[in-house]
Parts: sequence; structure tokens; C-alpha cells
Amino acid sequence: MEEKIYSRIGEKLFHTALDNGLHIYVSPKPGFQKSYAFFATNYGGMDMRFLMDGQWLDTPAGVAHFLEHKTFDTEDGNALQDLAANGASPNAFTSTALTGYYFESTEKFEENLRILLSFVSIPYYTQENVDKEQGIIGQEIRMGDDEPDTQVFYGMLEGLYAHNPIKVNIAGTVESIAKITAETLNLCHKAFYDPGNMVLCVAGDVDPERVVAIAREVLPKAGHPPVERDYGPAEDQAAAQPLWEKEMAVSTPIFQMGFKDTPPEKGEAWLRWELIGDLAAEALLGVSTPLYAKLYGDGLVNESFSYGCEAYPGAAFLCAGGESRDPEAVREAVLAEAERLSREGIDEGLFQRLKRAAYGNRVRGLNSFENICFNQSAAHFQGYQYLSFPEVFASISKADVEACIRRVAARERTTLAVIWPKGERA
Amino acid sequence: MATVTRNQLLPGVFLTSVHTKKFKSSMLSMILLAPLMQETAAVNALIPYLLRRGSEAHPDMQALSAALDQLYGGTIDPVVRKVGETHCLGFAGSFLDDAYSLDGSGVLDQAAGLMGEILLRPYTQDGAFCPDYTRQEKANLIDRIRAEINEKRYYAYNRLIEEMCAGEPFGVNSLGREEQVEAITPQTAWAQYQKLLGHSRVELYYCGSADHDQVCFILQKALAGLPREGGYEMEQPVVIPAVQTVRRVEESLDVAQGKLSMGFRTGGITAADPRYPALFLCNALFGGTTTSKLFLNVREKLSLCYYASSGLVQYKGLMTVSSGVEFANEKQAEDEILAQLEACRRGEFELWEVEAARRYSVSLLLTVLDSQSQQMNWWLGQAVAGLDRGPEMLAREIETVTVDQAVEAARALCLDTVYFLKGTEA
Repeated sequence: MEEKIYSRIGEKLFHTALDNGLHIYVSPKPGFQKSYAFFATNYGGMDMRFLMDGQWLDTPAGVAHFLEHKTFDTEDGNALQDLAANGASPNAFTSTALTGYYFESTEKFEENLRILLSFVSIPYYTQENVDKEQGIIGQEIRMGDDEPDTQVFYGMLEGLYAHNPIKVNIAGTVESIAKITAETLNLCHKAFYDPGNMVLCVAGDVDPERVVAIAREVLPKAGHPPVERDYGPAEDQAAAQPLWEKEMAVSTPIFQMGFKDTPPEKGEAWLRWELIGDLAAEALLGVSTPLYAKLYGDGLVNESFSYGCEAYPGAAFLCAGGESRDPEAVREAVLAEAERLSREGIDEGLFQRLKRAAYGNRVRGLNSFENICFNQSAAHFQGYQYLSFPEVFASISKADVEACIRRVAARERTTLAVIWPKGERA
Repeated sequence: MATVTRNQLLPGVFLTSVHTKKFKSSMLSMILLAPLMQETAAVNALIPYLLRRGSEAHPDMQALSAALDQLYGGTIDPVVRKVGETHCLGFAGSFLDDAYSLDGSGVLDQAAGLMGEILLRPYTQDGAFCPDYTRQEKANLIDRIRAEINEKRYYAYNRLIEEMCAGEPFGVNSLGREEQVEAITPQTAWAQYQKLLGHSRVELYYCGSADHDQVCFILQKALAGLPREGGYEMEQPVVIPAVQTVRRVEESLDVAQGKLSMGFRTGGITAADPRYPALFLCNALFGGTTTSKLFLNVREKLSLCYYASSGLVQYKGLMTVSSGVEFANEKQAEDEILAQLEACRRGEFELWEVEAARRYSVSLLLTVLDSQSQQMNWWLGQAVAGLDRGPEMLAREIETVTVDQAVEAARALCLDTVYFLKGTEA
């Protein structure tokens, strides 16, 4: 195994690739009680159209998420129960571009790892189980319908994108999931749950060589390269629509602003885009800025305000949102501040402090095994090493961040999504 | 390995420090303990947020943010929480561990100084809190109280507690009531703040690479000037072992999914009771895990809901069950939940269920040691309850709980209140 030492942040990372195409990363964490394993496929809610055996296939919204629920089924029962019976806490999630299965446990790590690798790689989907799951997922979708944060985030994506599938609800709709059959699941498993499209990340007080040996033993010997996907034609630079609105049973308006950017190239450029995007959000409207102090003082934002940036194949954006009695006033203030920064530049002292803070926050984030393994997996799929952030970070200048703000915080690139309390929007 | 040390630093001021080098960050908290009462709930809840607005040396949020950014993006967040019937008020902070600072500067010493400054030397006008800050934070607190309705799962839980514990201090919302917030002035808040500083017991917590003596030295310096005027004794919560009749509360809101919350008295078993380990295991068997009766039957077998789980309020002697169900299925879900409890009372457990619940419980407790914030919550709870049991001790006790003891705990449970949140159209 290849061993890399990141001495500045006190981390070590083992890496190897198997013949079947699976990449394995292990972060040794001496002194911790728990070990954590994360087995992920480069497949999420947005991957609905793909090329298989020379044919383009369209699948219903919500398949990746449905597959995640049903993958726990095994011929002998349910892997969730098998892991839980060992005291492990297993779970899984489906995001826009990735599906991850994981467990943490304080005992029987090797046995649990075998179970994890086995149930994810061996498909067992029956029509009876699929039919039963429609009810549970239907309830999960209904729960999301009542969550203003979920609704406003999708509203923002709807405002930014004309057709990129990142705007489609990961769980699908009650109607779209009704079209899913056991056959659909088998097909998608074959396409995406192949070692060549997957990554295994482990953190804990474990022997990296044992992790590799178990993966070799349990997983298929051969794999195929990732299948090609289609996300539609490239998006315009401009937001699809300036405003998206909806009414719900909430106490205050809840909003999310989106700033559309050109998606980064794979590789280190991707990491660089994320680091610059984070700093741009911090410098434009972060809690240390004069703009935030003014908005907070005027009662236009409160502690629920949060912000960040995200990148996916064919889509990248900065976003900020929270509760506000006047979301439109927040948007106008942000756009005005972006204009000022484009003219005058970011205060040098503020920029240096923000950089220092962002570095510290990333290092503190390494406490979390979930965070390390998830970020390392996502980074692997986008072609970079997550732990290389201190070096890339050091190379980012104030001008880079100013250029980002100038580019994205322009009116035509911006959308505002708002959930209004019932009856408050005249 | 970590060592936990506890001592009295000043009259009525206690420090619990966890000395360990396994984290990238250090965690520090300063919490004042006050009795939870309707009359003072709102003003107490306001004070940490008022203090967080500015100090003598850093009079506004921008100055405080700049100081925190300089400390590698450390955080100092207000804490307002109830533990049992104690109102816990103060600050919790997370900072980069000294080992990872870029210039070798000591982050902890400065961070503790800043937190002490925020707690003890606020920015004032005319000998009281700043009127502008007071007005703004009152509005924010009211928003926070109103926003409880936005997250329906949490809202249904809160409403259950309010109804079940009406007339007990535990039924008091830790944020207070809107009309009480309205009545606060800079002067009344200041008077309550002086009272809290002088008479509250103070719990300090540290977790990180500094040893206990060093932390004592740093915190003694940071808290110089803390007035100590006596009366630090704490009352223990009212524990009602059982009730005669079941209360039913039904409310409607414009929601897509119903929320069912059920509250049980635990027969007087709290964390201080020798039967507590048995109750802990009983909860895991009934509804605390993915191998529990509620998960396997209410969710998996009957597909009635996306979630159905139980949890303990350990310092007050309560167990609650939460579930999200279709309006029409409420009765069926409630019946099934109670039927599963009956099965627990009859001791209908298979061997694997018991072992799974035990392994899960032990693992859950041991992983508390892997999180600085979970350890903080743990030790704060123990301090409030006058206990000193570490999570690994409780885990050891759970290893030896018998099935009969868990069944006894299930028999002690008594349904008190059923709360159902339904839609407006049903």
C-alpha cells in the first residue's frame, strides 16, 4: 500500500487500487474507540440517464435512493439487522452524485466490514420487497414535503437550472417511484455498483492491510470502468429564473439565494474551486463581514443564516440562506455589497483572518471520521486528494476570491427562493 | 488514553477536564446552572445571546468575529438548554488544538480569555445591556420561539412535553414565552444577569491536549472577577413514577404527514436509579435501534411510517415515542406501538434481539468518548444530576443486565400522554 503523510495536519493516509478497479483509502486513528467504514458508489440522484451495452437508458427520478433502501435486503434477511446485531450503527444515504453505505462499530470491525462489502456488492431485489418499500419511501417523501429547508433548497436549484438533473428531488415523487421495479434496480446495480465505480474509505484504529485483504476476498474479482452518463446540454451562465416562491406552514419567511458558477474541471481544480468558493462566501456575506453585521443589526438575518458552495458534474454554485422577514431586501443588499467589493476589493486584514479561520475549520473537521471518509470519497470521484487542502489553500490569493465574487454575484446569475408563511405573500 | 479530572476551582465553580491528544481541536464550555422556572425562562434564555453581541474590548459582532477568526476560526456559541429541571446557560466553544496552529501560538489561553471576557465583561450602556442589542436579541428570541413550529417532528415532541409535564418545571420551554420576552428591558435583563453571576453554580468543561493543572491555571485567570455570593445548591427534578389516566391531545396544522408523540413515565427510574442500566437496555429493545420492536414491526413489517423510535429523558424519568404517519393510520400505529410494548412486558425477546440491543447500547456509550461535544453533554448532565458515572461505566453495567431486569423496567413504564399532530383537511 502507498502511504502518505500529511505532517502539518497530523494525518496519515494509506491508499491502494485493486485489480477490479476499487480504490481503498485508510486513515489510521489510534486512541479512538470506534472504527468507521464508508463504501460509496459514484452514483446519485442526478444519474438518471446513462449508456449501457451501447444503449441510452432513462430511469425514473428516485431510483438511486430507492436502490439504497433495498440494497440492505439479502437472501438471508436484512444486512442492517446483521450489522446492528453486532452493535454496529449502520446507515446509508443518497446524495446528488453519490450513494454511501457505512457503519461505525467499537467491536467486530472485520466481521462488520465483510457484511458491508458483501450486501452492497450482491444484488437481491424481489418485486415483493420493492412493492413494500413504496409505502416507506412514500412516507419519507411526504416528510420532506413538510420540511421547509428541503423545499427551499430544491426551489433554489429550480431557480438556477433550466434542465440539469441536480434540481430533481433525490427521493423522487410518489408517482415516479411507482414506476420502479425489481428489474430497474438490478439494472442500476449492474451499471453503478461495480468496484470500478466505487471507493472504500476506512478511519479508525485498524490495520490497513487487513482492510485490503478483506476487500480482495469479498468483492468480485473483475470490474468495468464507470458508465457514461448524460446530464443534458451545458447550462447557460444565467440563472433560469430570478425568483421561486411557495407557501407553507412556517413562522417566518425562509429563503435560499443561489449564485450560479461555471462548473470546475476534475482534479485539483475542483478542490481549488471549492476552497475559493468557501472564501468568496465568507468574504461577501460571512459572519465576519460588515454586510452581515448590518443585516443582523437590521433584523434581516438571524443565527439561522448559513452559506457555502457546491459543485457537481455540469453544475456549481454558491448559496446562502436562512430566515428573514424580508428576503428580497437581503438579496438587494448582497448584490450591492458584491458590486462594492468588485470595485474596492476585499479588505486585506479581513482576507487574512478569513483564510486563517477557514484553515482552522478544515483541520477541526478532521475530528470526524464521517467527514474524512465522505470527503475523501467525493474527492476521489472528482479526481483529487482531500487531505492536500493545506497546500492548495496556501496558493489562493485575494485576487482569486475577488474574481469569484465578481463572476457569480451578478444579478443575472442569481436566484432567490422563498417559502412564505401561509397567506403572507399578497 | 484519556483521563477525566474534576475539581472545584472557585466557590461553586467546578471544572471537569478530559485530557486527551486524539482530537485536532479543544473544546471549552462555561455554563451557569439556574432552576428552570416559567418566570425567568425567557430572560435567562436571552442573556447568553445578549452577551455574545459584544464585550468591553470587542464591542460588536464584527470585532468578536475578527478575534475568533484570528484564533483559527474558533467558535463560541451560546448555550440555552434544559437538563432535567435545570436551566443551563452559557457558552460552548471549539478551537484548533495548539499543536496545529501555523505559527505555534497558544490558542487555548487566548480562547479561554475571550470566552471569560464575553461572560463577565459585556458591552454596556448606562450601566445595563445595550438597548439596541436588547431590542434585536428579543426579536431574535421571539423568532426562535415561533420557529419551533417549522420542524414538525421536533415541534410534536416539544408539545408532548409541554402537555405531559404541564405544572412541572420540566414542562417549561427553555426559551420562555413570547409575552415574557416582550416584557424584558435592558435593566431587567441586567439585574437577572447579575443574579446569575453571583449565585449560579458554574460548570466548566474542557477536552483537549492540555493537562488538568494547565487548564485550571488558564481558567482561573479567565474567570478572575466572577462574583461569588453563595446559594449554589441545586434542586433535583420532580419525578412522577406513574399516572392514573392517559391524556390525549390532538392539534391540526397544514402538514402533509401526521406526527404521533407518546410520553411515558418510567416508574421513577432516572439515571440515578440502580435500575437505570436495565431501562437503558429496555429502551434499546423497544424502540431505540434498527433491531428494535418498533423499527422491525411498525416500520418494516407494517410499513406504517418512515420512522418510529423511542428515547429516554434520563434525568427526569421519561420515555417518549415519536413517529411520522399518514393521518388515517394514526390509530393503527398507536395500537401497534402499545402492542409492542406489551410484548416487551411479557418478555417476548429472542436471544439475538437482546444481544443486538446490548451490543448497540454498549457501542453507543463507548463512542461518546470519541466526541468532544457528546462528552461535554454527558458530563454536564452528570454534574447537574450530582452523579459521576462515565459512559464506559454505564456500558459495563449494561453488560450484566439480565432479560428479567429489562422486562421489569418495561413493566414500570406507564403511558401518560398521547399527542397527535394532524392536517387541516382530515
